[in-house]
Amino acid sequence: MRWETVIGLEVHLQLATESKIFSGSPTTFGAEPNTQASAVDLAMPGMLPVLNEQAVHYAVKFGLGIGAQISKRSIFDRKNYFYPDLPKGYQISQFEAPIVGKGSFEILMEDGSSRTIGITRAHLEEDAGKSLHEDFNNHTGIDLNRAGTPLLEIVSEPDIRNAAEAVAYLKALHSLVTYLGISDGNMAEGSMRCDVNISLRPLGSMTLGTRAEIKNVNSFRFVEKAIHHEFQRQADILEEGGKITQETRLYDADRDETRSMRSKEVANDYRYFPEPDLLPIVIDDIYIESIRESLPELPADKRSRFTAQYGLGPYDANVLSDSRPLADYFETVAGECGDAKIAANWVQVELLGQLNRAGSTIEKCPVSATALGQLISRILDNTISGKMAKQVFESMWKGEGDADEIIEARGLLQVSDTGAIDAIVNDVLSANAAQVQQYLDADEAKRKKLIGFFVGQVMKLSKGQANPQMVNELLAKKLT
Amino acid sequence: MHTKSVAQLVTGLRERQFSSVEVTRAYLDRIDALDSQYNSFITVDEAAALAAAGVADERLASGAANALTGIPIAHKDIFCTDGVRTSCGSRMLDNFVPPYDATVIQRFKSAGAVLLGKTNMDEFAMGSSNESSFYGPARNPWNTDLVPGGSSGGSAAAVAGLLAPAATGTDTGGSIRQPAAFCGITGLKPTYGRVSRLGIVAFASSLDQAGPMAHSAEDCAFLLNTMAGHDPLDSTSSTVATEDYCATLGDSLEGLRIGLPTEYFGEGLDVATGECINDALKELEAQGATLVEMSLPHSALTIPTYYIIAPAEASTNLARFDGVRYGYRCENPVDLHDLYSRTRQEGFGEEVKRRILVGTYALSAGYYDAYYKKAQQIRRLIKQDFMHCFEQVDVIAGPTTPGPAFALGAKSNDPISMYLEDVYTLAVNLAGLPGMSLPAGFVEGKPVGLQLIGRHFSEARLLNVAHRFQQATDWHLRTPDSAKGGTL
Amino acid sequence: MIMAIEQGEIEKVAELSRIRISDEEIGQVTERIAEILQMVDQLQAVDTHDVEPMANPLDATQRLRPDEVTQSNRRDAFQAIAPAVENGLYLVPKVIE
Ligand SMILES: [Mg+2]
Ligand SMILES: [Zn+2]
Repeated sequence: MRWETVIGLEVHLQLATESKIFSGSPTTFGAEPNTQASAVDLAMPGMLPVLNEQAVHYAVKFGLGIGAQISKRSIFDRKNYFYPDLPKGYQISQFEAPIVGKGSFEILMEDGSSRTIGITRAHLEEDAGKSLHEDFNNHTGIDLNRAGTPLLEIVSEPDIRNAAEAVAYLKALHSLVTYLGISDGNMAEGSMRCDVNISLRPLGSMTLGTRAEIKNVNSFRFVEKAIHHEFQRQADILEEGGKITQETRLYDADRDETRSMRSKEVANDYRYFPEPDLLPIVIDDIYIESIRESLPELPADKRSRFTAQYGLGPYDANVLSDSRPLADYFETVAGECGDAKIAANWVQVELLGQLNRAGSTIEKCPVSATALGQLISRILDNTISGKMAKQVFESMWKGEGDADEIIEARGLLQVSDTGAIDAIVNDVLSANAAQVQQYLDADEAKRKKLIGFFVGQVMKLSKGQANPQMVNELLAKKLT
Repeated sequence: MHTKSVAQLVTGLRERQFSSVEVTRAYLDRIDALDSQYNSFITVDEAAALAAAGVADERLASGAANALTGIPIAHKDIFCTDGVRTSCGSRMLDNFVPPYDATVIQRFKSAGAVLLGKTNMDEFAMGSSNESSFYGPARNPWNTDLVPGGSSGGSAAAVAGLLAPAATGTDTGGSIRQPAAFCGITGLKPTYGRVSRLGIVAFASSLDQAGPMAHSAEDCAFLLNTMAGHDPLDSTSSTVATEDYCATLGDSLEGLRIGLPTEYFGEGLDVATGECINDALKELEAQGATLVEMSLPHSALTIPTYYIIAPAEASTNLARFDGVRYGYRCENPVDLHDLYSRTRQEGFGEEVKRRILVGTYALSAGYYDAYYKKAQQIRRLIKQDFMHCFEQVDVIAGPTTPGPAFALGAKSNDPISMYLEDVYTLAVNLAGLPGMSLPAGFVEGKPVGLQLIGRHFSEARLLNVAHRFQQATDWHLRTPDSAKGGTL
Repeated sequence: MIMAIEQGEIEKVAELSRIRISDEEIGQVTERIAEILQMVDQLQAVDTHDVEPMANPLDATQRLRPDEVTQSNRRDAFQAIAPAVENGLYLVPKVIE
């Protein structure tokens, strides 16, 4: 049977606040265990939560970024369960009345096609602490530094059909939230964590199959692998006439498999009810509008503008608008050199290639956008050839100066002096009389191939500095 | 000295008639000599109290005294006190010494008050007799075979027995007013949100409220001036401006309209108690108040409503007591589940466990709508009853309890009959209103309390009515025989 | 009306609450809780159609706190009163995932 995969993603996004969602503790990553856990975070007796304004602001900003309904009145609930990394014995979350309602955004696939993915809701909640299972003989160590860190849980509709779309969704989401500046999006530090809900149904069927939830799949690559693996597991069961159990599974990256967490789930009954230590969050239009006005140009808008304004293809526009720093970089280069297409090509091929090889990011790029724009200008005004420009770029990367300084210092200036080129052309023609005769005997089609030989000889004699266009023109004139 | 009011002690200290060390020493000596009969204190740190008194004396001498500088105050053992054990009457917190103060405690410290000790209470404030305390029951100074009421029974007994000039309590369903009534003292439960809940071990978050317990309304006003006010660290703390609660104590009662809910005077009210209340009402009438009969039609539902909401909130508030970060931890847990379930089995007493189970049940899947949500809806109806009445009257009056203090052990094996004790007090918490109890006579030597209920944030008015009543009566000045012992 | 609670349900609720109840106690605990539930069951008869649940007696709304770090590290003070700590971590019996 042919199966269709139905995927919904729940992303826990850490919001980029200075302090925790309900306490004044810092949220800095990597501190010594329990040094960022205040009395509130430790659930000491009598401690009470007070809501961080910035967390609300960021949630609203996200909602506006996906065109969602913003709840003018939303409510925090307690989600009750016992776990040592959950100090109060409940998590403060939002259940019935989340701050962000339905919305959607567009994802772009590598082939240039696009799809719209629905967002069911996004709600504010607090993070739990961390359990460290190693190191202590027969004990687990609990670090509550992370407890109370603000999270936005973003729940998608089951609109995703395969691993590639799931990855594209996560990349688009990552791009959106970093554009909005509401999260650093650092997956390695857990700022964006993903749970994958996945079920299969016969192709063409409209009813949803039983789903499994795969917890904590924390990189784009693992999402892809976990989905492939889980598809295969469920397909195998279904092909053999078996039934899928609704359960939570854990992706084990080391073994590349998912396995059931049934031990933890069986007895859970979260007993959600409105958190009596907090009151309804009521926001008005003025508040929402002031945040709307502060929204930056978002990735999708930037993408269409890049297509319209610079004539870029959808894929190029997507790559270049992926992050705000990259998009800004590209636009500066294009402005400086005046040719957006060549600028786009240079940024994508040379610059991103170099950054990739160096394992670096655009923010740390040693070549400024203005400097790269100037380099491209030197190609456009025939000062150097494209090939030479690549050498100059290498030198610029190493910090040897700007384009003009390096061209000057290395004597790379292209020779465009007619007299000088004329002399070399004459030398080449007289030294290769046989080839000249061969050329003159040939038909038009063959001549086109043969002329390359003469061009090559001239370039060789000029040490690559002769303007290739002029060389071509002179040769054409003399070989008649 | 121990017969002086807070107001008299404040004056005496300022006029250097005596020092704070002398006052504090006097009360500590009385606790030493007499508290074996009341068991009203769980923790007394004499050295710390005397040291604080010494500091207060220096401030008094330098003329830098604040409102309560040098006044010893006893605090219910539910308020977290930096460096002083805060047990909440439970084995679970028997070893718990918080490294922080509740906001109420901080406010008393900045006002210059001396922390005299921590008073006995029903475990986690769950009870109406003080019998659920891990430290044994406190006893009623009017008759030590009787309960002092609860859950702030230790505070009530300490004040009634003249072991402290005043004390703090908390009231989730009557826990200030009922023990105040049983022990013949004055106690005020302020409007929900009037006093910060930060640092008070939570029982039921949407009902808990701290307030003063003292001999007179005037002393309660002194304490409330210190306790009340907005706390940015408590989201449910009100930003409504506070008043000087002493300023209007003497205002005339002429034109005051007092509502008498028929439901509070019907079946279930002890006849002799009812007579005391009627006499008290006549006194208020004599001072110019008009008595108006009225109805709170949902009164019969307050007990079931309360006994869903309070246990539901408590069941999750008490989830933090898990043996991981502080407090009791069972011996040699074999695994995590054992650590949790045995710590909580051994650390909590019967009534607390019972309420956790009831609350968990009421919130669990399939029951939430029928219980918790339903109770929250009826809670609104109960509040609306009051709002309608306050369109016609300024204050509502009635008995605080259906009868005077009962004997120790009389109800401890019957939770439902214990719950019925709070029939007149619960609605006030459900509606978030201020309420107080003041001494209104005696039945067979046992004190009777008159309850006054006001509009939200009308504490000043309630204190005014109570004060005027106390200007004309002396019930609040009576001293139990058991407190007359000792040479002091 | 909600049916009288059975012992099995109390056991389930006790498990959710992480409170061990001994075999000797369970019968009486069930009986007491059944009485309480019977008492609160009178609420079922009240018509609450269209009544908005009241979570807060003042119907107040949430105040927001500025995003400022106000807490400094007090780990030593907090862990001085903890039952078991090592290397700054709270210890619990091994959690198996
Ligand atoms: Mg989830
Ligand atoms: Zn979540």
